[in-house]
Amino acid sequence: MADASSQTGKSLAGVDRRPGRLKEFWSYFSENRGAVFGLYVFAAFLIVAVFAPLLAPYDPSTQFRGHTLQPPVWQAGGEWAFPLGTDAVGRDMLSRLIHGARFSFFVGIVVVVVAASGGIVVGLLAGFAPKWLDTLIMRLMDIILAFPSLLLALVLVAVLGPTLLNAMIAIALVLQPHYVRLTRASVLAERSKDYVVASRVAGAGRARLMFITVLPNCLAPIIVQAALSFSTAILDAAALGFLGMGAQPPTPEWGTMLADAREFVLRAWWVVTFPGLAILITVLAINLMGDGLRDALDPKLKRS
Amino acid sequence: MLKFALSRLGTFVPTFLGVALISFAFIRVLPGDPIIVMAGERGLSEARYEELRQQYGFNDPLWVQFWDYLTGILRGDLGESFVTNRPVWDEFFSLFPATVELSLCAIIIAIALGIPAGVIAAVNRGKFFDRALMSTALIGYSMPIFWWALLLIIVFSGNLGWTPVSGRIGLLYYFDDVTGFMLIDSLLSGQDGAFGSAVSHLILPSIALSTIPLAVIARQTRSAMLEVLSEDYIRTARAKGLSPGRVNGVHALRNAMIPVITVIGLSVGTLLAGAILTETIFSWPGIGKWMVDSIFRRDYPVVQGGLLMIAVIVMIVNLFVDLMYGLINPKIRKR
Repeated sequence: MADASSQTGKSLAGVDRRPGRLKEFWSYFSENRGAVFGLYVFAAFLIVAVFAPLLAPYDPSTQFRGHTLQPPVWQAGGEWAFPLGTDAVGRDMLSRLIHGARFSFFVGIVVVVVAASGGIVVGLLAGFAPKWLDTLIMRLMDIILAFPSLLLALVLVAVLGPTLLNAMIAIALVLQPHYVRLTRASVLAERSKDYVVASRVAGAGRARLMFITVLPNCLAPIIVQAALSFSTAILDAAALGFLGMGAQPPTPEWGTMLADAREFVLRAWWVVTFPGLAILITVLAINLMGDGLRDALDPKLKRS
Repeated sequence: MLKFALSRLGTFVPTFLGVALISFAFIRVLPGDPIIVMAGERGLSEARYEELRQQYGFNDPLWVQFWDYLTGILRGDLGESFVTNRPVWDEFFSLFPATVELSLCAIIIAIALGIPAGVIAAVNRGKFFDRALMSTALIGYSMPIFWWALLLIIVFSGNLGWTPVSGRIGLLYYFDDVTGFMLIDSLLSGQDGAFGSAVSHLILPSIALSTIPLAVIARQTRSAMLEVLSEDYIRTARAKGLSPGRVNGVHALRNAMIPVITVIGLSVGTLLAGAILTETIFSWPGIGKWMVDSIFRRDYPVVQGGLLMIAVIVMIVNLFVDLMYGLINPKIRKR
């Protein structure tokens, strides 16, 4: 089945002699070297996250009591058994960082999927709804946006209880208004165009107009926003973990690891430096990719 | 213009009501009965419990409670802290200057470095300076600031020993609050070294807090400048033989400032959210640390009141930015 469809795809492309959309996208995307670099780093992190148990030398919660706060291998007192050193209770930093990648990616994907799908549906509704409902929805979004997002997420987690899952729900909720606004703005721009009118005249129902006619033409800015909020989600989840309102110790989540390491700030630089560096590199790679996506997908938004 | 201002004010009121409703709802859905939390370890008798419920109005219908809450806000009554028993309103305004001082320093650093960086990048588009500055800006934009703050402490307080780790001023100095701003108060006190101590306490938190707005301002300035630089009147200015400094600095920058000002206004929310992390790390006695501490102490009236006050401040600043924007740019008014 899969074979047959890919065969048709190939022969069609051959007849058409027109570069496929993916190829076209790639040619724009790869113009931006930073974006390609970001993509590679992102792919590497994805692999680390998926194969964490195979890659990590130890279990992330095994405590080597004889090796507490051991420095990384290139410093006096370090050894190859623990290349990035150990933390205060003798857990291997490298293994914990590798397992931490799982949590960060999990957070990013869940938050983006929840926030984007919710935001798109509400945004489409607002764009097609009568004026009063539209106003009501947008006022509601204004209210959520009036709170600084991290503060609102923090208070929401305090209400729901401090777990990683609740942190993800809270972050998805505070990120969602951005999708609503973005979707609604594109819907309003598209709605009066000829192809939509034609589709309406042809008798398309409202649901078909919303999801099949209009939505695909609104996707470009939403995809860019998804990339950017992926990194925001990772940062915010780490911040909540750091404040003790996200994943709880001994979970090897990067922000939680930093919170554990705070008291050793001036004694053991490695327990503080590496988890933060992991967050920074991941977020930076995703932001680089997001910039490239914007250039490739949405020429209007292009930062010249 | 008046019509524009009125329509913006018209959206302000319902948003304010919604914000009040959300902050009101929190105390009702937070885990644990607030009265039991207030009694703490000692516990309390059945009769006293009922009396307190009555006193705090938890027995009234919800809409009556909300009405009391709303009218309370307008009278400046946000309830009292469970922990200190002081009015939340007073606590807020006694801590607010610390946050304002920190945020102002941060935004000054961000503007003073961000705008020149953006202009230099735009003028040298595609060249070394542009790439170097914009890469740095993207790193700053991606920075987990709680980690960045810890790194600053490791390097400048730990390794170099230049700055203190936490607080607003050294323990050696004591003087009365006059303005609430430590920099001004320490100068007014006339004590030797007090001002220096205040500055050294302020510098690391302001750098940490300024990082993200700095990156955002630099990126926004660059893209606004690039847009303006391709306009006809810039070509005209160049053709007139004006010096590049005058063309870029006066003709272009002035017109590129509008989106930059918007970004600066919108960064107030970012600053207040960033202050939560920065103040917690540097033990800076401001609103952010107060909120985090209160969440952990389950001091519900403070969480509720603080959440409301912060949202209202963000809303007022955004309203102000919108009105300024309408004043500067007539096109916006006709929407």
